Amino acid sequence: MSKVTTMKDAIAQLVRDGDTVAIEGFTHLICFAAGHEIIRQGKRDLILCRLTPDLIYDQMIAAGCASKLVFSYLGNPGVGSLHAVRRAVEKGIPAPLEVEEYSHFGLVGRFIAGAAKLPFYPVRTFAGSDLPSANPRIRQVADPYGDGQVYVVPPLNPDVTVVHVQRADEKGNAHIWGLTGMQAEAAFAAVRVIVVAEEIVDEAVVRADPNRTVIPGLIVDAVVHEPYGAHPSYAQGYYDRDTQFYLAWDPISRDHQALSAWLDEWVHGLSGRADYVEKMGAQAWDKLQPGDAWSGQVNYGQYR
Amino acid sequence: MADYSASEMMIVASARELVDARVVFVGIGLPNIACNLAQRTVAPELELVYEAGVYGARPSRLPLSIGDPCLVTGAMSVVPMSQLFQYYLQGGLIDIGFLGAAQIDRYGNLNTTVIGPYHGPKVRLPGSGGACEIALLARKVLIIARLNRRTFVERLDFVTSPGHLSGDDSRSRLGDYGQGPTAVITDMGILRFDEKTREMVLASLHPGCSVEAVQEQVGWPLQVADDLTETEPPTPDQLRIMREDLDPTGRYRQ
Repeated sequence: MSKVTTMKDAIAQLVRDGDTVAIEGFTHLICFAAGHEIIRQGKRDLILCRLTPDLIYDQMIAAGCASKLVFSYLGNPGVGSLHAVRRAVEKGIPAPLEVEEYSHFGLVGRFIAGAAKLPFYPVRTFAGSDLPSANPRIRQVADPYGDGQVYVVPPLNPDVTVVHVQRADEKGNAHIWGLTGMQAEAAFAAVRVIVVAEEIVDEAVVRADPNRTVIPGLIVDAVVHEPYGAHPSYAQGYYDRDTQFYLAWDPISRDHQALSAWLDEWVHGLSGRADYVEKMGAQAWDKLQPGDAWSGQVNYGQYR
Repeated sequence: MADYSASEMMIVASARELVDARVVFVGIGLPNIACNLAQRTVAPELELVYEAGVYGARPSRLPLSIGDPCLVTGAMSVVPMSQLFQYYLQGGLIDIGFLGAAQIDRYGNLNTTVIGPYHGPKVRLPGSGGACEIALLARKVLIIARLNRRTFVERLDFVTSPGHLSGDDSRSRLGDYGQGPTAVITDMGILRFDEKTREMVLASLHPGCSVEAVQEQVGWPLQVADDLTETEPPTPDQLRIMREDLDPTGRYRQ
């Protein structure tokens, strides 16, 4: 049975107030379209998890969707601060925000443990750092096979993970190429999974190249077809990262009123991503169109 | 007047530190341009590793972020972050980790987390990202930072990424980790670490800079090497590659 639905329905049915939500994707394939729909539907008290909150969580936190943030790098990558997150942490605007902080490897360990249903995960990091004293969930256990202690982190099991992909079939079997980040771990760790795809393809397209299948439909609850849904992040081979937007976000996000006006215009004022794509205009998308660099082909062999 | 900026001197001096390196783990910002310059000049065999999951990047443009699509196209390998951190970094394959910081102390400990108390900070900084584990698990660590008293402080507000901790053998007592920071490359000179005390020592001054001017920007009485040298200025070729290829908009020039 097809799981294809609209973003509006997927978010309405699968994301609930108070949920732990991971919209993953490391710089690449960050599903802004899902974040914007969560803002539009006024979800509240979410626990947002991501290695790099990026602009999407800056926007969601400014919109008042979250009560807590679990993260490992709180910046506008290559630009500077995430000002809305900072305002929430430093001044409680628009609402106080609890934070739970790891290093990348620590949070990677949490997603692995969540996906593998392990009670904890050992990582050889944190020694000599103040991070464990800032976050009591980073703990040490005795090495059962040798001397000394090893740092461990607890599993992270989101209620909902949203994964943006280049292409998926209607059951959610999904191909990703380029950076795969923590998408697989975040999806396998989640109770419910939404796959958002640039293209919906036949199952045969997925089966023709099974090494590229990062998410199996087995764990997917909803599939949404949403071209350009990762903008201003990017989809390898489809559109470039919109560096200009990341730079422009800095002045917008420094002021809560300016940011709210941006949300009114680009999120609340639109009905969905199709509107957003149209509002951006063809010229903007042309500028983000990369040249071609096709992969070679491999022969999987036909066996009788 | 020199025909290059202090920042350009800092980036070139950083790139030169990578002469014999094979595999470098590249951080965001200044380390990024320094490593890309090294690959195009002094270390053509250098393999650039990015925490986003890239081994052996050959970027066609200077990536603004460490997850830029140009890092993927033409790379040797793209892996999930779980593999990058576990097999490449924790597995001991990284020769040099290259880091920046908001605060650094005399033992090369780094703060990128908060200014002020952790709960109720004056300034909330980005946090660790991969820096904490890079600082621990790379065989050696290079640090790039502009000299000023806000950055080079007597005492960190928060230790995000451990350097030589409290000096002497305090780092080696942590366990089986890399040897920690070996150099701090700044816009006025290069600092290295005393082999015994592990305290930072001014080892080389960039042309036109003085010991007094450096001390002025450091928040503790700075040790100076007996054999203090002068840093070689950038070559025209290095400046051209930086200005024309890597940073045509001049983002890193000042």
